[in-house]
Amino acid sequence: PPILSRLNPSRWSCGPPAAEGNVQDEESDTRKINNSFLRDHNYATEADIISTVEFNPSGELLATGDKGGRVVVFQREQETKSEPQRRGEYNVYSTFQSHDPEFDYLKSLEIEEKINKIRWLPQQNAAYFLLSTNDKTVKLWKISERDRRPEGYNLKDEDGRIRDPSTITSLRVPVLQNTDLMVEATARRVFSNAHTYHINSISVNSDLQTYISTDDLRVNLWNLEITDQSFNIVDIKPCNMEDLTEVITAAEFHPQQCNTLAYSSSRGSVRLCDMRKQALCDTHCKFFEEPEDPSTRSFFSEIISSISDIKFSHSGRFLMTRDYLTVKVWDLNMETRPVQTYQVHDYLRGKLCSLYENDCIFDKFECVWNGSDSVIMTGSYNNFFRMFDRNTKKDVTLEASRENSKPRAILKPRKVCVGGKRRKDEVTVDSLDFSKKILHSAWHPQENIIAVAASNNLYIFQDKVT
Amino acid sequence: MFPKGTKRKFSDSREEPVAGGEDVNQSSLAAVRMLSSYSLQRQSLLDMSLIKLQLCHMLVEPNLCRSVLIANTVRQIQEEMTQDGTWQIMTQALSAANAAAQCSADRLVATEVLCRQTEAAQGEQVPKPFPVVGSEGCPAKEVLEEEAAAAEVGMTMSTVSPQAPTSYLPGTFGMDPCWEEEETGEDDDDEEEEEDSEECGSGSEGEERERDSLVEDTRTAEQVFGTFEIKNPAPSPDPALEELFSDVDASYYDLDTVLTGMQSVPKMGPYDLLESLSSHGPSPLSSSTSCRSDLNELDHIMEIIVGS
Repeated sequence: PPILSRLNPSRWSCGPPAAEGNVQDEESDTRKINNSFLRDHNYATEADIISTVEFNPSGELLATGDKGGRVVVFQREQETKSEPQRRGEYNVYSTFQSHDPEFDYLKSLEIEEKINKIRWLPQQNAAYFLLSTNDKTVKLWKISERDRRPEGYNLKDEDGRIRDPSTITSLRVPVLQNTDLMVEATARRVFSNAHTYHINSISVNSDLQTYISTDDLRVNLWNLEITDQSFNIVDIKPCNMEDLTEVITAAEFHPQQCNTLAYSSSRGSVRLCDMRKQALCDTHCKFFEEPEDPSTRSFFSEIISSISDIKFSHSGRFLMTRDYLTVKVWDLNMETRPVQTYQVHDYLRGKLCSLYENDCIFDKFECVWNGSDSVIMTGSYNNFFRMFDRNTKKDVTLEASRENSKPRAILKPRKVCVGGKRRKDEVTVDSLDFSKKILHSAWHPQENIIAVAASNNLYIFQDKVT
Repeated sequence: MFPKGTKRKFSDSREEPVAGGEDVNQSSLAAVRMLSSYSLQRQSLLDMSLIKLQLCHMLVEPNLCRSVLIANTVRQIQEEMTQDGTWQIMTQALSAANAAAQCSADRLVATEVLCRQTEAAQGEQVPKPFPVVGSEGCPAKEVLEEEAAAAEVGMTMSTVSPQAPTSYLPGTFGMDPCWEEEETGEDDDDEEEEEDSEECGSGSEGEERERDSLVEDTRTAEQVFGTFEIKNPAPSPDPALEELFSDVDASYYDLDTVLTGMQSVPKMGPYDLLESLSSHGPSPLSSSTSCRSDLNELDHIMEIIVGS
């Protein structure tokens, strides 16, 4: 039976952060605690709104970034033989303030501390590394555990106060003692001053030495070790800004080919670039764009064709793009049209003018693959999210909300009524709540565990295998 | 935000006009109504788009992607209107409007003080953007009434669409009294106005408040514009157009200013601006079939404009 029917929520909201090792002051801790358990999202502080969600490559850790510049990392519990049904729940592992609000004095503008993207590096030693970025600056964070510390210093006492050397009568060798587990997050690199426009994507290369950061008009290549230099590899800024009609909306490295990257545009196209061909990848190797359907043309056609997210499949054979109404799967060998197109919420097609008026038409939804590339998932409004099984062609709409998900309860499929009589439990288009949007979600790299961000709440759903 | 349980769509109550069985006169009248309603809807969409570009009410840099998409939409509309010939009608009406307007240098200074223009822009004659003028004042209304000759359908539109967008355009505050006098139905309470008024503080109550919010808006606008890179100076504008729009310096309305952010040099007039957009933009839409299919969507605009 398809996995979609057996999804099993074990719901979490962003609960109080773990007490150990937080690089965070008391006030923000309190604020987070107070707001997380409010039933009505509208009263929640905007700073708590989750802006990115990402599993690490092993799936052991799950990171979230929020509008207040904080990163909260969850860790999966080890399965224990004594409680096999408590199958690997996620608990808060570390919380830290990644970015702070800045003020650009030259332009008299604030630089938001909102975390736009988090990308993990594959684990190479005991510590974990992730890249987090706001609009202007990328930072490399090291998250490490400490369960031992040296004790018995000569020159300072246990509290850290310096001892008066004249009181020292004997010498001793400090000894490592076990302590409570502490998780520390330290900023190891800060990559700044390379972007004039707002950073929308970061992507780690498969060579694990470089990564790209992308803003509206440029893609920059960095070495993870070097913070004072970056190499611009794509630049679509016109000489005359009046001629600007297209911006870059997302970019990603190919999962296996370290020379290949793809970037999407606001015009609905994707360009694949090979860094070996030339230093500046302004000319593409491949150009993916679906010809427009003239029967559906309107003044909003271009806006809804703007791609909000691209993701390579794990296999590296396919590329998925998300525009306002659809998700498309492209075969990298065929540029003329996608191999599959999935309608996310086509019932909104008749409401585009209203959605333009209230700016919802500019919402940027993300999309994700499951570990085997057989299912894709993306968000919608009313806290709905959609999954499409590429093999069986079945799809399902689910809802992430407190009211509908009790722990261990099975998620009930939802349906939007698109006309005619509304059946029981169906939701009419007019009653959809457009302030409740699922923009960010993540899928565990191997297992059927998904993380869905709904405003300031994080929902983690697991597929219960019987 | 889009409210739950929204009011019925305007299009629900306004189905396809006159079914078969009517005489020829009736059906041609209906066709005229449909055409005029489409034009008005398109105009509303144009106004809405320009307002979105102009309202930079945030303290952070505006979203460039959003601005570019809206600008492209404006360009599409302008191209289609040029093809239809509607564009020419509008520009003629506007030139008549401006010739009739009583403008004084005081207004120019007042607006500039409020807008905190740079020294370079002081005293410069910068044309006022076309849609702002077009959406207020009698002459534009006359144009609309010409188009909506069939009357009943046009009635809703003429009361609403000329006035509604103007009340929250920052540049209109502090403009000549002659413009403000003609804005009668300013208090049309539609979603658009509410949404924008809470964000930029614009409203029709009290010029004092308007001025305050204007100052705030333009200050933020200046901050916002400063973020973008300096562009090359614009080519000198058409002197005839400059003269027509000599009353107000509203250079920050210009599309290119929004995209480039700098207003240290006098900008091109709105016509030049949009012409340059059209010359650089994509090939014009084929207006024959595409327009008609847009009617359904554009009906929704009416619902917004008619208000609650």
